[in-house]
Amino acid sequence: MTVLLDPTSEQSPTIRPRLPRPEKLDGLTIGILDIAKARGDVFLKRLGERLGERGIAHKHYAKPTNTRPAPLPLQQQIATEVDLVIEGLSD
Amino acid sequence: MSFTPRDGLIAVVKRDCPTCELTGPVLSELAERVSLQVYTPDDPSFPENVPDRIDDTDLDVSHRLKIEVVPTLIRMERGREIDRTFGWNRGEWERVAGIAGLGLELPDSRPGCGAKNIEPGVIERLKIRFNETGLKSRRIAVGEDEDEQEAMYERGWSDGLPLVPPTEERVLRMLDGTARDPQEVIGLIPPALQPATVEKIAVNAVMAGCKPEYLPVVVAAVEAVLEEGFAMHGVLATTMFVGPVLVVNGPIRRRIGMNAKGNALGQGNRANGAIGRALQLVVRNIGGGRPQEVDRATLGNPGKYTYCFAEDEEGSCWDPLSVERGMKPGQSAVTVFAGFGLQGMVDQKSREPESLARSFAESLKAMHNVKLAPCCDALLVICPEHERTFRNAGWSKARLYEELYKLCEIPGAELVAGAKGIAEGGPASIAGKTVNKFRPGGLMIVRAGGGAGMFSGIIGGWSSSGPRGSIPITKEVRN
Repeated sequence: MTVLLDPTSEQSPTIRPRLPRPEKLDGLTIGILDIAKARGDVFLKRLGERLGERGIAHKHYAKPTNTRPAPLPLQQQIATEVDLVIEGLSD
Repeated sequence: MSFTPRDGLIAVVKRDCPTCELTGPVLSELAERVSLQVYTPDDPSFPENVPDRIDDTDLDVSHRLKIEVVPTLIRMERGREIDRTFGWNRGEWERVAGIAGLGLELPDSRPGCGAKNIEPGVIERLKIRFNETGLKSRRIAVGEDEDEQEAMYERGWSDGLPLVPPTEERVLRMLDGTARDPQEVIGLIPPALQPATVEKIAVNAVMAGCKPEYLPVVVAAVEAVLEEGFAMHGVLATTMFVGPVLVVNGPIRRRIGMNAKGNALGQGNRANGAIGRALQLVVRNIGGGRPQEVDRATLGNPGKYTYCFAEDEEGSCWDPLSVERGMKPGQSAVTVFAGFGLQGMVDQKSREPESLARSFAESLKAMHNVKLAPCCDALLVICPEHERTFRNAGWSKARLYEELYKLCEIPGAELVAGAKGIAEGGPASIAGKTVNKFRPGGLMIVRAGGGAGMFSGIIGGWSSSGPRGSIPITKEVRN
């Protein structure tokens, strides 16, 4: 029998269940996160306008750069201010 | 394991040691006069004239007595060691034995031989048997009928190629390559931000095929990619081609036999291949960075298996890259660059530096897309025959950087979207301006390659080069 040493961080993979989708958007506040990819701002601005037309509360956020995860304060701000988030993942 | 030392004298000797042979008559004399047990790690029939010989070919007693040299003579009293000497020295033996006039026919002293239990390969097995390794990693037992390679593939540890099985012996030997504490945490590896201990890095270095003496380079490379400026998370997660490219400078290159000459960027050198691969495995296994998961690369590039080479410093008229980046001459260092692939730069006719620099500049301008500027950083690997042209003309590296930067100024009109019939490009507002292909300081130059051939190379970078994305990082290689 050969004994090997585990090269990984030994984290058992845990699959987090997704949050249930909301039945409707009325009464919820939606975060719109621009991750700073090219033209993401154009797309998300239009999305905001469409939500506004339907009377849905929304707030815009932006990451300083797409090359790094969002700074922790921004993550926390979003988590406390909105109910769900839409982000543009790529250009 | 059940060894309980008896009071009196204990000697550990081996037949394959001339000094032990020499002390044979002394041991026989001692055996007649006092309580003496003789342990023999290689030949239990030695020494013939001592009755109380004990077989220690499994080396358990030698290990537990921490024997480093044979012969060793120990005096035990009330179950505890109170005196010890090794090699042959009449005065010392007389003191330990408490008997005068030993071995009068022998020379006064002779050095001993290395003990069998501390030989490389043996000491590791003994530490494992006695649970003294200090290794913390989870042990994974592979069944006798199971194929080790398949077991490792199934667990997702491989980059696609076979791995060296990371057994405890191999990992212990790997850790001999560094003076660092195996439990020292070098940093948190993205994307999962899991701690990379020296031990975990060593496990991955074993799998990559490293020798112990490569480990300090691997650790320095891990330190480098974990610097905030390198943005390892982004380099991994990007859809672009890049991965860490490693350039090694300083005396470590030659000590571990790295290739800086012919085919420096190709296959065939163990250190070049294994060090770059080890870094990739660290990101994969400790950080959990895997293709089609957090690694979103559209195509990637073959350098994501391994991309590591040494600069050919000897005979270069320029400072090594590491010195240019703040290291002292003679200091070993690794520089990491978020780069990909190799674009050949062929010029067999230029004999003047101006012409050759123009060749480089025109080739550089094609990087990513002729319509994109500034596009990314680049690492130029200049071959000796091209370097010679600059050397003969007295061009310093600083001069070459300056000339290349000037030559990479592009009229904005050529870069506007739609120009040259190509939709890619910049906004109309740059039409009247000049745009440089690079950010200031976005070029790095190293010298490497075989002595024949006017073939240099361009290693392209990431479109997010620079402080907003990734900048090259240089780290000292420490033992």
